[in-house]
Amino acid sequence: MTLHLTDYDRALAGGDLGPAARMAMSILVRMAEVYGAAEMMDITQAHIDSTIYIGEAGLEYAERLAALGARVSVPTTLNVSGVDEHHWREWAVPADWAAKAHRQMLAYQGMGCQPTWTCAPYQTDMAPRFGQQIAWGESNAIAYANSVLGARTNRYPDLLDVCAAITHRVPAVGLHLTGPRAGQVLMRLVGVPEALQRHDTFYPVLGHLMGQIAQDRNPVVTGFAVRPTDDQLKALSAACATSGTVALFHLVGITPEAPTADAAFQGRAPELELDVTLDRLRMARRELTTAEGAALDLVVLGSPHFSFNEFKALAPLLEGHERHPSVQFLVTSSRLMRDLARDAGLLAPLERFGGRLTVDTCILATPMLPKTVKRLMTNSAKYAYYSPGLLGTEVVFGGLADCVNSAVAGRVVRDDSLWE
Amino acid sequence: MTFHGRALIAGEAAGTVLASGEPISFWGGYDAATGEIIDRRHPLSGARAAGCVLAVPFTRGSSTSAQVLLEAVRTGTAPAAIVLAQVDSFVALSSIVADELYRRPIPVVVADPADFARLATGQRAEVRRDGSIRIEE
Repeated sequence: MTLHLTDYDRALAGGDLGPAARMAMSILVRMAEVYGAAEMMDITQAHIDSTIYIGEAGLEYAERLAALGARVSVPTTLNVSGVDEHHWREWAVPADWAAKAHRQMLAYQGMGCQPTWTCAPYQTDMAPRFGQQIAWGESNAIAYANSVLGARTNRYPDLLDVCAAITHRVPAVGLHLTGPRAGQVLMRLVGVPEALQRHDTFYPVLGHLMGQIAQDRNPVVTGFAVRPTDDQLKALSAACATSGTVALFHLVGITPEAPTADAAFQGRAPELELDVTLDRLRMARRELTTAEGAALDLVVLGSPHFSFNEFKALAPLLEGHERHPSVQFLVTSSRLMRDLARDAGLLAPLERFGGRLTVDTCILATPMLPKTVKRLMTNSAKYAYYSPGLLGTEVVFGGLADCVNSAVAGRVVRDDSLWE
Repeated sequence: MTFHGRALIAGEAAGTVLASGEPISFWGGYDAATGEIIDRRHPLSGARAAGCVLAVPFTRGSSTSAQVLLEAVRTGTAPAAIVLAQVDSFVALSSIVADELYRRPIPVVVADPADFARLATGQRAEVRRDGSIRIEE
């Protein structure tokens, strides 16, 4: 297919709008050819994931664009960074890493982006609206924006998200269009008790399974007896975008493009159908735990970033308790949610419990955890999935209450009754 | 044996094949300092892909994968070439930006799934600019 460029596209590519726009457009045009796009289209918002510092190359790229005078041309939020700029010294972050990660933050902030530093931009006042064309990075945010909000974004990789933000042009392909948003895989919840469907552990587990089964296709789930909360849908989004490449899912009767299964599939037949039984879910749940035994060094919550409502749910569980001296307790969140939680008096219980808070980043994006942390427990499928490879730890998956109870007991305690 | 794929990013390379039918996430799955595959749930876990012809059907997971592969190019631990079973924007992008920054794009070929399945770990493979791949058995 031949790529048709507008006058504006050619002006961008020709350098009429400056050297940064030319570099961004050159990358976008080559990507349009990779995608086999016929044309480029406008987006009206962006979320940049390239903020995460993982090495010199990403920093060089950011500073190259910044030095060329890059400015974003649409409202743009920023994903987690590689360092909590105010609190990194309290952890194991090397000074050299902190300095470079901070330079990468400054490079993107200087392009005119909002310093949101969060992987849950959909829980800020910059959440996109239904049908809005956007260019988002960050796998969980992509899944949430497409599926729960009905905004339209492809899975933008780091490095490309900023090109879209600078030019507000993207290849007109994939999930920006209606056809590719159709469901492909039908998953029927069968015999999954309502009490389990209400429980916070259900969503990371279901998401983990959805990602494994759907891989890069759009899963459609039927059989919900309850309406999940926004935070449960957040946990689901993160899980299915981690074990798979899911960028869009439909929950029939719940998400906006799925009033019925037929609507979700756009009248087409599923490529694959299967029943999701309690047995299958139990197996998925077991996969999220790699550790054996009850030993525990750290409990960590907040991937994606802990929300105001999650702080609200956590506070009463902590009240009147203290963590065991041998177990650290950490919440990762955004500066916005921290401020809201503090104003509502929800941080004091965390402090009294002996818990700590890290903002702007997370345990996967900054080398904050000391090597003495060998076994961690979390309510996040994303933390559970990545920690063994990225941090070399063993991991236990449990619910919010399990995580608190384990931190108090100093060893893993889980209430498995809903899963039996 | 030679088969033809689509040269997503044209280039020439040769190396030992490291193949799996399981998709990979470079972030959390690839150590850019050493080229080791570190996703402990992946069949290639522990293998070193630096200088190899890495054959994976596509990438999954984190958006940060593109930065990891770019960093691997910078440090010299990237695969010599990547063969996919479908178009993968993350791999293509890393290679395009590696070209932009370092003039060192990674050749990327998209093979027919049937051809992709012929690639087995340990073979020696040569990737050519036109998207053809020659395997020595």
